[in-house]
Amino acid sequence: MSPSVRLQEMIRVIRGARTQGEERGVIQRECAAIRAQFRQADNGGRSHNLAKLLYVHMLGYPAHFGQMECVRLIASPRYNEKRVGYLGAMMLLDEKQDASLLITNSIKNDLSHSSQYVQSLALCTLACMGSAEMCRDLAPEIDRLLRASNSYIKKKAALCAVHIVRKVPELGELFTPAARSLLSEKNHGVLHGAVILITELCERNPETLEQFRKVVPELVQIMKGLVMSGYSPEHNVAGISDPFLQVRILRLLRILGRNNDLASDAMNDLLAQVATNTDSSKTAGSAVLYETVLTVMDIKSESGLRVLAVNILGRFLLNNDRNIRYISMTSLQKIVQTDHNAVQRHRGTIVDCLKDQDASVKRRALELSLALVSAVNIRSLMKELLLFLSSCPPELRAHTASGIFNAAERYSPSQRWHIDTILHVLTTAGGDVRDETVPNLIQLITTATELHCYTVHKLYRALITDISQQSLVQVACWCIGEYGDLLLRGECEETEPVQVTEDDVLDALETVLQSHMSAAATRGFALTATMKLSTRITQNVDRIRSIVSIYGSCIDVELQQRAVEYNALFKKYDHMRAAVLERMPVIDKNSPGHTNGESTEGTIKERESIKLKQGEAVLIQEPTNQVCDLLDLLGGTDTLPQASPALSSTAPDSVNNSAGVGGDLLDLLGGLDLMNDKLDPAPAPSVMVYDKNGVTLKLQCDKPTGTGLTVTLTATNATDNDISGFSLQAAVPKSVQLQMKAPSGDALPARGSGQVTQTVLLNNPNKVSLKMRVRVSYSSQGSVFQDTVQIDSFPGPAWN
Amino acid sequence: MMHFLLLFSRQGKLRLQKWFTPLPDREKKKVIRDMTLMVLARPPRSCNFLQWRDLKIVYKRYASLYFCCGLEDQDNELLTLEVLHRYVELLDKYFGNVCELDIIFNFEKAYFILDEFLMEGEILETSKKAVGTSIEEADSQQETMEEYMSKPTY
Repeated sequence: MSPSVRLQEMIRVIRGARTQGEERGVIQRECAAIRAQFRQADNGGRSHNLAKLLYVHMLGYPAHFGQMECVRLIASPRYNEKRVGYLGAMMLLDEKQDASLLITNSIKNDLSHSSQYVQSLALCTLACMGSAEMCRDLAPEIDRLLRASNSYIKKKAALCAVHIVRKVPELGELFTPAARSLLSEKNHGVLHGAVILITELCERNPETLEQFRKVVPELVQIMKGLVMSGYSPEHNVAGISDPFLQVRILRLLRILGRNNDLASDAMNDLLAQVATNTDSSKTAGSAVLYETVLTVMDIKSESGLRVLAVNILGRFLLNNDRNIRYISMTSLQKIVQTDHNAVQRHRGTIVDCLKDQDASVKRRALELSLALVSAVNIRSLMKELLLFLSSCPPELRAHTASGIFNAAERYSPSQRWHIDTILHVLTTAGGDVRDETVPNLIQLITTATELHCYTVHKLYRALITDISQQSLVQVACWCIGEYGDLLLRGECEETEPVQVTEDDVLDALETVLQSHMSAAATRGFALTATMKLSTRITQNVDRIRSIVSIYGSCIDVELQQRAVEYNALFKKYDHMRAAVLERMPVIDKNSPGHTNGESTEGTIKERESIKLKQGEAVLIQEPTNQVCDLLDLLGGTDTLPQASPALSSTAPDSVNNSAGVGGDLLDLLGGLDLMNDKLDPAPAPSVMVYDKNGVTLKLQCDKPTGTGLTVTLTATNATDNDISGFSLQAAVPKSVQLQMKAPSGDALPARGSGQVTQTVLLNNPNKVSLKMRVRVSYSSQGSVFQDTVQIDSFPGPAWN
Repeated sequence: MMHFLLLFSRQGKLRLQKWFTPLPDREKKKVIRDMTLMVLARPPRSCNFLQWRDLKIVYKRYASLYFCCGLEDQDNELLTLEVLHRYVELLDKYFGNVCELDIIFNFEKAYFILDEFLMEGEILETSKKAVGTSIEEADSQQETMEEYMSKPTY
């Protein structure tokens, strides 16, 4: 049959169309003609018509009306038509189409055809679009072909079997014996197919995996043959003999050697040989080396071999070819957890790759650099990462920023460095950071008490330079509001102080308030900061008053509400203003309401400055009556009763401001002061956690330090009999660390005349909700008692 | 295994598509669109590997055609570059100095050659000579006009 002229004519015509519309017209005409032809009787051109339709399909036009024609052509005795019919089936039919079932019979017949080329067509199509039912139907045929046919068919049958196993894993058992025998073939194509088939079988069935471990020596032999053989023209690629087969065998060895010492030992020599003898100047050699390295790292190889593998990866890192650098970093990423030190040695090169032009390489280098951060290299590595952040492609910025934050949080050498780093990130990439950054940074700043002066100076400078980065502006406003007095004092140890006047500061805040660039939340921050300054500055209070009253009619409801309330503070409740706006206590990361407290709800924040966060069951009995008056004055917020412990937990340096405030408040604040004294030295309340058979266990928490907590357990015995051998065991959630000190004793005298105390130190670095299970065991009157009690809540001023 | 193999021109016109996993038509169109956009946007001397969804994408440009395939996680990217190169060599041997027009006007032959080289997303035959021979022999099976008309119709 001469080459399909009619097909080429049509293609020429379609390509000649100058516009999309013209092309559509041509194609519609052609499709109509094709449809008409399909309906006609056989005229010797059926395969051409289907081929035309397939071309049209590739351009993206609908061609489903050709499906039945495919079925017809496949059943034709003519090879031309079968060939195009099968091609059509692979392109137009997939397992979801109903018509695909119609060709099952044809395929079955063709699998036993006398011509191997027809057989191969059927095998190819089955492997391409065979559904599960078709696979089940035809599996025995494939198995037969795997055993008794020539190499040409065997290799195709092997891959067809692979398809069947992937579609219907249970049929794997059917192919296992045939697969085993195929390994002794000499033909590379068949061998390759057999290796793939065995790989699939082993991946899906652990028993088969066990079975095939026995063939490791055979595979090693084959591999050795390939590596040591001389030049073979048929299989040679750039000096490597059949790299495709080599890579496949290495992959199979990887699966067989994983978690198995015996198999791994058997392949150690071979892997060393391949690693040293393979020439990696061309891609083919590098591909084989790459696969070898992956295999070495995945099996139980000896340490010398692992070192060799990591060195190969290191060599790849220095390669000029970008592709090789890329895959080297991909592999290093996989092993950075297990062989951390080995990878650390290459840190310099990896960091250099951050500066590569290519986006893929940059991404890999970033991932790897973040994985390599440790306490030792944090300073130098962070410099590189910050440099990278300023020039990195936009799609990587968010990831880089959050990676830097994580690293800084884990390994920062000092608080000042930590704050500096976060500020640097906010100035470079403020738009790409996550929302929690602002509250996290604020929390960090409050804990670094000695750095308040330094921080506020730095932030002020950043604010007057640029007000477009919202996160930075929000933090800066908050700091200026809180520590404005430190800023105005004009002296600072850590950094060159800025000489500002009150007007300058208020100007800066007003700019933020009025700028179009500021988001609504940012303006809220700025307004609250302005308000806070009213107690920290001396001269321009009137200016603040006017700003606040202007915003009382702002369109933004949030700002309006704030302004109105601040106005009220100025007018009606001026005597309370100082107390309301005093310094915030140190925010502890432990508190569950932590993020609530950091919300941009400025008004609530003010209230929270004199109250504890919600959700904390604080036992405050005394202050309630005294605080009631406060309650009325501020319009009845129900969160107020939890006022005092917050004050008591830190040294509020501006409680003294209240001295000058109106007389009626003096008592209240004095009362609060009293409560300060009362609560602090008072022993923490102890809670009864266990009371059975006369044995009681009380729990008492002492003041926590950071993430640590001291719990004291006290046991008493109210029965008439002495108890001996009293012991406590405790268990806590996984991330919490527990240290039990020695108990005071193990004997509990009767009738509560003595007690046993035991101190338990807890460290909760991840701030998970703390639970503890305590097992009590003792012997009384000759019998042993054991009991368990779970403690879900810890009382007392535990979680400020 | 390879999930798909696409050939497209610098203008984004598809010249060949081979799918080794069953996908609905809509999904196929989406993949083609994504691949075309991603690969054509790459600067000239960049790395040939990309990450897309959970697949590794390997692409290589030969003259005016881009060869692009999607791989699974355990597949060897460097070897896939060799696979693409081998396919180009096979086309070159068959058509004699192959160019894009050859593949456009003889797309069905390009598919036949591909089917002798790759199957089920894996390499079928590792010897260049063997693939060439089987194509020739299969072509010789194609009937002449007389043989064609003498065979019974179906």
